[in-house]
Amino acid sequence: MNSVHTKYLLSRPAMGAGGKTGTWRIRKPIVNLDKCIKCGLCWLYCPENSIDWLEDKTVSINYDYCKGCGICVDVCPVKAITMIDERVV
Amino acid sequence: MINQQNVISRGVRKIMVGDHAVAEAVKMARVNVVSAYPITPQTLIVEKLSEIIDKGELKADFIRVESEFAALASVYGASAAGARAFTATSSHGLFYMYEMLWWAAASRLPLVMAVVTRTLGPPWNIHDEHTDLLAIRDSGWIIGMASSVQEVFDMTLTAFRISEDERVLLPVAVGLDGFVLSHTTEPIYVPYQEDVDAWLPPRNPKVPYVIEPGGEPITLGNLPKSDLYHELHKAYMDESMSEAKRVIAEAYNEYGKLTGKDYEPLVECYRCSDAKYLAVTMGAWSGDAEVAIDELRNEGYQVGLIRIRYIRPFPDDEVSERVNGVRGVIVFDRDYSMGFGGILAGELMGLVPSNVSFKGVVAGLAGVDVSPGEFRTIIRDFINETEANGIMRIRKWWYIPNTNGGD
Amino acid sequence: MVTMSELHKYGRTKVIMPGTAACPGCPLQIGLRQLIMALDGKLTLIIPAGCSSVIPGVAPYTSFTVPVIHVPFASSPSVASGLVRALRARGIDGHVVVWAGDGATADIGFAALSGAAYRNEDIIYVLADNEAYMNTGIQASGTTPQKAWTTTSPRGKTEGKKNVALIMLMHKIPYVATASIAYPIDFIDKVRKAASIKGFKFIHLHAPCPPGWKFPDDYTVKVARLAVETGVWVLWEYYQGKLTISPPSAPYRDKQRRKPIEEYLRIQGRFAHLSKDDINEIKAMVDQEWDTLMNLVNALNYHA
Repeated sequence: MNSVHTKYLLSRPAMGAGGKTGTWRIRKPIVNLDKCIKCGLCWLYCPENSIDWLEDKTVSINYDYCKGCGICVDVCPVKAITMIDERVV
Repeated sequence: MINQQNVISRGVRKIMVGDHAVAEAVKMARVNVVSAYPITPQTLIVEKLSEIIDKGELKADFIRVESEFAALASVYGASAAGARAFTATSSHGLFYMYEMLWWAAASRLPLVMAVVTRTLGPPWNIHDEHTDLLAIRDSGWIIGMASSVQEVFDMTLTAFRISEDERVLLPVAVGLDGFVLSHTTEPIYVPYQEDVDAWLPPRNPKVPYVIEPGGEPITLGNLPKSDLYHELHKAYMDESMSEAKRVIAEAYNEYGKLTGKDYEPLVECYRCSDAKYLAVTMGAWSGDAEVAIDELRNEGYQVGLIRIRYIRPFPDDEVSERVNGVRGVIVFDRDYSMGFGGILAGELMGLVPSNVSFKGVVAGLAGVDVSPGEFRTIIRDFINETEANGIMRIRKWWYIPNTNGGD
Repeated sequence: MVTMSELHKYGRTKVIMPGTAACPGCPLQIGLRQLIMALDGKLTLIIPAGCSSVIPGVAPYTSFTVPVIHVPFASSPSVASGLVRALRARGIDGHVVVWAGDGATADIGFAALSGAAYRNEDIIYVLADNEAYMNTGIQASGTTPQKAWTTTSPRGKTEGKKNVALIMLMHKIPYVATASIAYPIDFIDKVRKAASIKGFKFIHLHAPCPPGWKFPDDYTVKVARLAVETGVWVLWEYYQGKLTISPPSAPYRDKQRRKPIEEYLRIQGRFAHLSKDDINEIKAMVDQEWDTLMNLVNALNYHA
């Protein structure tokens, strides 16, 4: 029910409800698709749900929201992901 | 909607104590979920409802919660999932739910709660006092107080109608005096179930919203983007409180056609229309005050009584218009705000023009009885003093009867 | 047992919308994603005050894609009780899940938790344990481990860690389990097992917190794994009267096979002040917990 009584009480799902969190990053994960063994572990563990595990089982990172935590780098069994320091201009 | 042909009311005469009248109303309202934690003098409500549900007279879930906090939280959850829910409590139990009261009201979910008024300790005391009910007046709950077992029944039943109305969507607390009403037997008229069903349809879960798996993916209550949204939310609650006055009037109007029992919605007037002096009371002792009014009238005093039925929404206009033109107003508080005085006196004093005599009397605390004779004396003294000495403006005056040394 | 192949179907699904207010590396997000996938989104969440109250972002938007009700700190088990009963009365069968932190569960909401459990309410209660009141800035809770630094235990907590899962077991509810965000297959299986049972199901999920435990953002999963590999966190399951050590923890019944506890402790800044004696005491406590568990396994299974 969309009434003024509940207008400021109810929220609906949207991307970036906490902001454009990609701007939080100081380092950026880059996937080496040649090394990638398509295991999906990085997708599974990404806290921000910013990695897509595509139909062909490769992965794609959404940098609009990736916070650069580095968990994907840590869990990758073949070290196919590297972090690039974004502070360097 | 009520059948327009049934203007002739019908009902069944029963006798019962106030607490059982609450249970009877809850049964007739076809509540789905009941959750309450026992506390004297509310226990008879809990026990009766348990029995009613056990016998199958009411098809409802009875949750045996571990505390009052859980009681209110669980009926709140039930309401959020679309059920019609009820709880009841008193004094210490009410205060154990304090946090949840605010949360429930601002969630804009319908709920009904009976508060059997009782003194707070220490020392321990199970007798009547209105402080507990009035202590929640800031929370956003609509607050009514009954003065007879019949009214206990009527107020509880109409509470569901009022709370679930789209223009209100605020929880309703129905107060009844501990022991004085809760454990006192009086004859009442109870409407037929089919008449109640026609007037009070089942709860519509979609109003105002429902939290259910597979339902709309709404989130209730995360932080707002701007505090302004929250302030606006409060303003809208206030608007609903104002609207509630109209809804309360409508509800009692409909109910009157159904049962033949008529009430003035927010405040009731007893011999007010030609009164030069007015007393103000709330709750069961209003009956004793009315006896005093009659006696004073016989003595020649032109005095009347305003009985507060609902203290929230605040009956400002309703009291102001009756106070218009009188020479003095005396408010009786069976409650006390520490360091301040009687709560009703405090709230109503501003509605009484400064050229009108005013006295706020604190009496009957901790269950101490105030007889019609005492009401009569106090009111008479107020009138005589005003007539002799001119206007007084006393917000707080303690009436404590002779204790004979306290032994 | 769930497999990565099966989970692939969620590869592009945003069970939680990205762009939350969570700290980078937040374990709660990892756990919640697994939880929602386990139930295929067919759930409603009840969330008491804690990090997850703030993580979803600001109204009128939220990152959560399932119906959610945010509730006062101590109230989640009670709200869930009423909610689930109303739903079942209306013929709605979906899962009702409480996602609560350790503050809400072990401390302020403990009475409510016990009440809901002993009534055997038909809900899944997940205790997402990051071992302190994190949302208010890292203060000690009932589940903060002994000797851990927090702002209210600057020299290390003197009280021990409340074993909430074992307390829940004594409520004789149909399902109790411990889990870890580093063992998603185990956690998802446990959630699904719980979902198939009527009654009160309790899962204690270990969730290491980077800012609270003081380790780098990228090590969340590593720390959670080390907790299990050193035997500090034991994965077990109580179902149909039997207590079973879950396969990932089974090797660590044998003390010799546990990784040195220093590996787990030294990686966390909250244990940086520990002396050799402290570490030995902790080792002894871990051994004792295992002893208690193994004795319980034998006692319960004998009667099952």
